[in-house]
Amino acid sequence: MLRKLGIAAAIAVAMGSAHAQISDGVIKIGVLNDQSSLYADLAGQGSAVAARLAVDDFGAAKKGMKVEIISADHQNKPEVGSSIARQWYDVDKVDVIVDVPTSSVALAVNQVTREKNKAFLVSGAASSDLTGKACSPNTIHWTYDTWMLAHGTGSAIVKTGGKSWFFLTADYAFGHALERDTEEVVVKNGGKVLGKVRHPLNAQDFSSFLLQAQSSKAQIIGLANAGGDTINSIKQAAEFGIVKGGQNLAGLLVFISDVHALGLQTAQGLILTETFYWDHNDKTRAFAKRFAPQYKGNMPTMVQAGVYSAVLHYLKAVEAAKTDDGPKVIAKMKELPTDDPLFGKGMVRKDGRKIHDAILVEVKKPSESKGPWDYYKIRSTIPAAQAFRPEKDGGCELVK
Amino acid sequence: MTEIFGVPTQALFGQLLIGLINGSFYALLSLGLAVIFGLLNIINFTHGAQYMMGAFVAWFLLNKAGLGYWWALVIAPIAVGVFGAIIERTMLKQLYKLDHLYGLLLTFGLALIIQGLFRNEYGSSGLPYSIPSQLQGGQNLGFMFLPNYRAWVIVLSLVVCFSTWFVIEKTKLGSYLRAATENPELVRAFGINVPRMITLTYGFGVGLAALAGVMAAPIYSVNPLMGADLIIVVFAVVVIGGMGSIMGSILTGFGLGVVEGLTKVFYPEASNTVIFIIMAIVLMLRPAGLFGTQR
Amino acid sequence: MAAAVLPMTKPGEVGAQRIAFVLMVAFFLLAPLVLYPVFLMKAMCFALFAAAFNLLIGYVGLLSFGHAMFLGTAGYVCAHAAKVWGFPPELAILAGTAAACALGVVTGLLAIRRQGIYFAMITLALAQMIYFFYLQMPFTQGEDGIQAVPRGKLLGFIDLSNVWAMYGTVLVVFVAGFLLIYRIIHSPFGQVLKAIRENEARATSLGYDVDRYKLAAYVISATLAGVAGATNALVFQLAALNNVHWSMSGEVVLMTLLGGLGTIFGPVVGAFAVLAMENYLAQLGFWVTIVQGAIFVVCVLTFRRGIVGELALLIKKPL
Repeated sequence: MLRKLGIAAAIAVAMGSAHAQISDGVIKIGVLNDQSSLYADLAGQGSAVAARLAVDDFGAAKKGMKVEIISADHQNKPEVGSSIARQWYDVDKVDVIVDVPTSSVALAVNQVTREKNKAFLVSGAASSDLTGKACSPNTIHWTYDTWMLAHGTGSAIVKTGGKSWFFLTADYAFGHALERDTEEVVVKNGGKVLGKVRHPLNAQDFSSFLLQAQSSKAQIIGLANAGGDTINSIKQAAEFGIVKGGQNLAGLLVFISDVHALGLQTAQGLILTETFYWDHNDKTRAFAKRFAPQYKGNMPTMVQAGVYSAVLHYLKAVEAAKTDDGPKVIAKMKELPTDDPLFGKGMVRKDGRKIHDAILVEVKKPSESKGPWDYYKIRSTIPAAQAFRPEKDGGCELVK
Repeated sequence: MTEIFGVPTQALFGQLLIGLINGSFYALLSLGLAVIFGLLNIINFTHGAQYMMGAFVAWFLLNKAGLGYWWALVIAPIAVGVFGAIIERTMLKQLYKLDHLYGLLLTFGLALIIQGLFRNEYGSSGLPYSIPSQLQGGQNLGFMFLPNYRAWVIVLSLVVCFSTWFVIEKTKLGSYLRAATENPELVRAFGINVPRMITLTYGFGVGLAALAGVMAAPIYSVNPLMGADLIIVVFAVVVIGGMGSIMGSILTGFGLGVVEGLTKVFYPEASNTVIFIIMAIVLMLRPAGLFGTQR
Repeated sequence: MAAAVLPMTKPGEVGAQRIAFVLMVAFFLLAPLVLYPVFLMKAMCFALFAAAFNLLIGYVGLLSFGHAMFLGTAGYVCAHAAKVWGFPPELAILAGTAAACALGVVTGLLAIRRQGIYFAMITLALAQMIYFFYLQMPFTQGEDGIQAVPRGKLLGFIDLSNVWAMYGTVLVVFVAGFLLIYRIIHSPFGQVLKAIRENEARATSLGYDVDRYKLAAYVISATLAGVAGATNALVFQLAALNNVHWSMSGEVVLMTLLGGLGTIFGPVVGAFAVLAMENYLAQLGFWVTIVQGAIFVVCVLTFRRGIVGELALLIKKPL
């Protein structure tokens, strides 16, 4: 057998015999994400660190449960992701795959997991289809999704006066979905969409599109893109005096790692929605303090925090269900309410959607920040019940 | 207000101006590539990575040595140019007698290595770099707001492009260079150190890429992959212009910027692809490019 | 790329090649007992893709920088045929192959009159346009790709969701494709191709319609790349955008270069080596591109004949 060695350490203690129904006596967790390109910073190695911290905090060793963690790079390619998932399930006896940013890869892994009857905890990907038409009894969607982002940021901005919008959308399925969801919210809350422009993925120069946004005179320019495109849009918007000219930017998918890359000078005033901020309360700060030294001094992003939360809850469910059989553990995870220091209290719905509060934040001005990673002002909290799409609206076959 | 195809003329002028500014970037980038191919017959696929290195050197100078943008404009091209010269001396030299597609493969491999190493070290979201204070702000031209920095870009590009063209086409040094690549043996017989000229020329071309990188740092995200998708576009520009022609690359660079700018108005999704359509058409009708001579 | 290529096979030298062929088939027959079958299936598909690419560069001397367009097109058409039109697998693969062949004819007619770097750039430009086309077309589902493609029942009764049935099918396709390439190389047609590569002007003066031969070789190469792409789509039950991206075209160059340009078994070895490396390194995260780059550099500088090329030199027989 080709055994693949993981870079994360295996936390295994042979204390006593493992539970009879844990497959081969080991709970094997696979952290699958992008470690080399666009999304390496918001998940990447940090997710493996978060997973390890979760296993530590669960106290697996003391309970006599053997837990191993391995990780791999899916390079944002669905074929690579699906191939690694297959191999992990077939050969390496992985029981659960976690993280997987990039919706196209997540959808592929979702499919493979269902076929092989294992478990899949998505923290990184955003597509709300994972709890909609692609929902599965083997999958739970953690952290966030496109619906939540669109409604969180969109409705909050419209309600505070940002009524006219212009969309700058990345021309691919994900960008279109984000634009469509946000447009729906804006219109429902009495706003208007004055125009949209679709830019190719990885366009370096946004001056032309920003010019079109400027001439539309919309109050809000919604950025329905991600990663490098968002960073470039924001950077160049500052250059063209968009914000000084009276228009505001709404980042529909922005992570704290993006703000870090932009610097506060450029990113100040940006409004966005996340579900975790390391400086939110004492518990999150404590976690961040343990996390940072293991990850080059970087603070955890919400995706990495999501991995922690998901793994913790998963292990609790395995313990309670006394098995690591995929669908059974997932069912248990939906049964047990969730509670962890990072997201507080929440639950997992029938359609596989994990519910927790979301926070609407604004990026601080440089003068307001006390140091690196001190980036957000929390404007408001969106209660869990409103933050996510109502169960009945998703078109998920598990909710009938 | 008057409209052309549904776009107000005022807005169109703004887009054309932006197109020209982007074109000046393309011209500067393709200039280095054209110099290297035109004079040395090397297909330098590392150009994108060297552009990225220029931007990173600028960031480095600012954050580790406290040296700002103006210093970077001078130091970065020299530093990266030296790195280029080393590559030429140690690796490219051995490939001259072979099919020049091997040069392409080697430089492609080097680009992968360089980009990978930078990515490991610096992540992929990018590093912040701001516009120098002297160039911040902008002018309201009526039909658009023109940032000062963008105006600077177009000016510097024009200066560098035309000086380079002038040196190569109109001066004695340039003529030695052109002679050396056409007939190295003969030129050597005249006592001119041909290998050294070739190394310096490659270094110069690489330096031009790095200069473009420094100019890009304040406005585009400084990340290890910033050159990766750009390289094939720059190649397309050089091929369309004619691989031996310096002026061809410069004019095509500006022209492409304008065409791309117009595409962004009328069919924005295709703006990354329009260059390839043009390249295919040009190659089918005029295989040596618009201004080139068949080699 | 004449400098790197080995001398042509003389009659009587096929012994070594026969042995190599038997070893290769034996390997692929026995390996799934030890190695992961899905990995091996991927290796076979890409070995066929690399062999098709090698036909063009190694035997005709044309470097195509857009070969991914055939792999990807066949993948999409096959996936769509199997999922949406409900084709059985053998017809789906045929549909994908036919699409790649058609694309090969169209692009070949546009590109074939140029040589060297210009040919490479035209193929790159055409591939980029195809990429954009697929990005925009709704049937490809953009970057999500066509997912959950059913493998179906071969010939109506062999259920391909059984991994062994699928493996057997892929093995048959691979061996058939490989033998076809072998036959082409050793046929009079193949001799003319080699003559064109060695000295095109002389071939023309001997009366051969050089462009027609080159186009034929190009279309054959495209079609076989299509077979590989269609089969790959069924193995993974997925057809995605990255198989049409120019980095995939770069990857097949890497595989062929590493294995040995212009050798018969080189592409197979190269494909297997590159995939094994990616697979192994995927778990180490980020070193993949660096190692790939290093392989390019080392191969070009010191290892130009590739693995099989060096081996062939050692035993003094063409492989």
